[in-house]
Amino acid sequence: MAATATNPKGSTPIFRRKWQLPFPLNIYQSSVGRKWVMALTGIGLLGFVIVHMIGNFHIYEGPVQLHEYAETLRGLGGGLFPRTFLLWVLRIGLAGMFVLHIHSAYSLKERSRKASDKADFVGGEKKYGSKRDYVAANYASRTMRWTGPIVLLYLLFHLADLTWGWWLGDDYVLGDPYHNVVASLSSLPVAIIYVVANVALAIHIFHGTWSLFQSLGINNPRYNELRRTLAKLVAGIVLVGNLSFPVLVTAGLVDDDNRKCEVGDVACLEHEAEKH
Amino acid sequence: MSKELNLTLQVWRQDGPDDSGHFETYKAEKISEDMSFLEMLDIINEDLIENGQVPIEFDHDCREGICGTCSLMINGQAHGHAKATTTCQLHMRKFNDGDTIVVEPFRARAFPVVRDLVVDRSSFDRIIEAGGFISVNTGAASDANLTPVPKEAADTSFDAAACIGCGACVAACPNSAAQLFTSAKLAHLNLIPQGQSQRFERTESMVETMESFFGSCTNHGECHEACPKEISLDFIAFMNRDYVKAKVKNRKLAGQR
Repeated sequence: MAATATNPKGSTPIFRRKWQLPFPLNIYQSSVGRKWVMALTGIGLLGFVIVHMIGNFHIYEGPVQLHEYAETLRGLGGGLFPRTFLLWVLRIGLAGMFVLHIHSAYSLKERSRKASDKADFVGGEKKYGSKRDYVAANYASRTMRWTGPIVLLYLLFHLADLTWGWWLGDDYVLGDPYHNVVASLSSLPVAIIYVVANVALAIHIFHGTWSLFQSLGINNPRYNELRRTLAKLVAGIVLVGNLSFPVLVTAGLVDDDNRKCEVGDVACLEHEAEKH
Repeated sequence: MSKELNLTLQVWRQDGPDDSGHFETYKAEKISEDMSFLEMLDIINEDLIENGQVPIEFDHDCREGICGTCSLMINGQAHGHAKATTTCQLHMRKFNDGDTIVVEPFRARAFPVVRDLVVDRSSFDRIIEAGGFISVNTGAASDANLTPVPKEAADTSFDAAACIGCGACVAACPNSAAQLFTSAKLAHLNLIPQGQSQRFERTESMVETMESFFGSCTNHGECHEACPKEISLDFIAFMNRDYVKAKVKNRKLAGQR
């Protein structure tokens, strides 16, 4: 820069590091490092979303197969570990990734908000007097700080709905996930919540999948276009796969008719599963 | 005979760093389409001076698009809507007769307004001071081509070195992040042999100085679109890679002392 005009007050740092933590932790002190953590936990969470979705496809095979899949998850690790031990390890790891992903996102948003004179309080986006005409930023990238919380709220709803059975009441049968899913999604408002939340999830994943390569510095001009293609592909698969559940239940293609076992007859499900 | 334009301008006026500032409307009449945006502002200022009013202050220097002094958010876009153009090279033919143009200073906490459209970009100087240089033995000039530089490294480094440090990336960024500027300055030196000895020390200290002033990148890509020199987002990825590498390497070096 040729000439620098100076403000008598100078520009003051918005953030000063008071001390350095020991080695791997000091990476998390920096914004760039936090983006690494966000990207790595994002990969883990994306992996969970895809595996969870594929696992849920067992619902299309029938109640017995879905029960069998659920039992397989609880018995992961075979005879090496006590029952459900490995599942709990995975669950705790997943919860840890959620905490890190959310904390890094929130703290970086706060840093960005402080770095702007006028910024949107929730989204942290800088404001100008005139309307901004964004050129490169797309809907997905600009709504990350909205789709994220939507997905979090949905996650809590989803756990309360199908893991804890808060409002299904007597209709919730532990050990018959097929019935629980059908009972829950038969209600139109619930199905709508699932559709909206999964659209938000797909939008979040679309920007996240592209963005994580950039954050981790995985970059090669020759393959950069593929990152966008991959993002579209992954987001598309998650969108179609996850929307299939509420849509097909609402359409009546997945229901409790013609079951081999009565609803709630877990012993029968176990018996049928053993025959496989 | 070139076409003439009549425009309405809404210009940010701010009496000094402590003033709250406001928009003021000016009429720009009979503006030749061959003028640059800054020449148009000069015409308005001459009118203002003739009428005994205070002229609009704005940054400018070379007026040929290479110094990085001019700034301005024009209709919400840094250096205006023309791609790869600084404000001084933005010609009035890019606008239509009767347009209303909103002119604001670049905004970020690290770019405090000095007056009207002039902002203090010295936080960029802090980043450069932190490592945007190479240390060499001074003395007699060394032979040309004494240090072989691979062609690809030289080209990419030159692409990064095209950054003129105008701050459009920060202004365009919804997060007020300076990732594009810092990564260009880093890549400029980190890619070539001359910069290797201080590579990781430089990366660590420049990134951390940047973070003390600016926000955090969310990979929108607005900076690249606003950049008058079209600096690539690839350099941001390069910086992200080098920063974590630096954290690891610098720790190893510390252990050997």
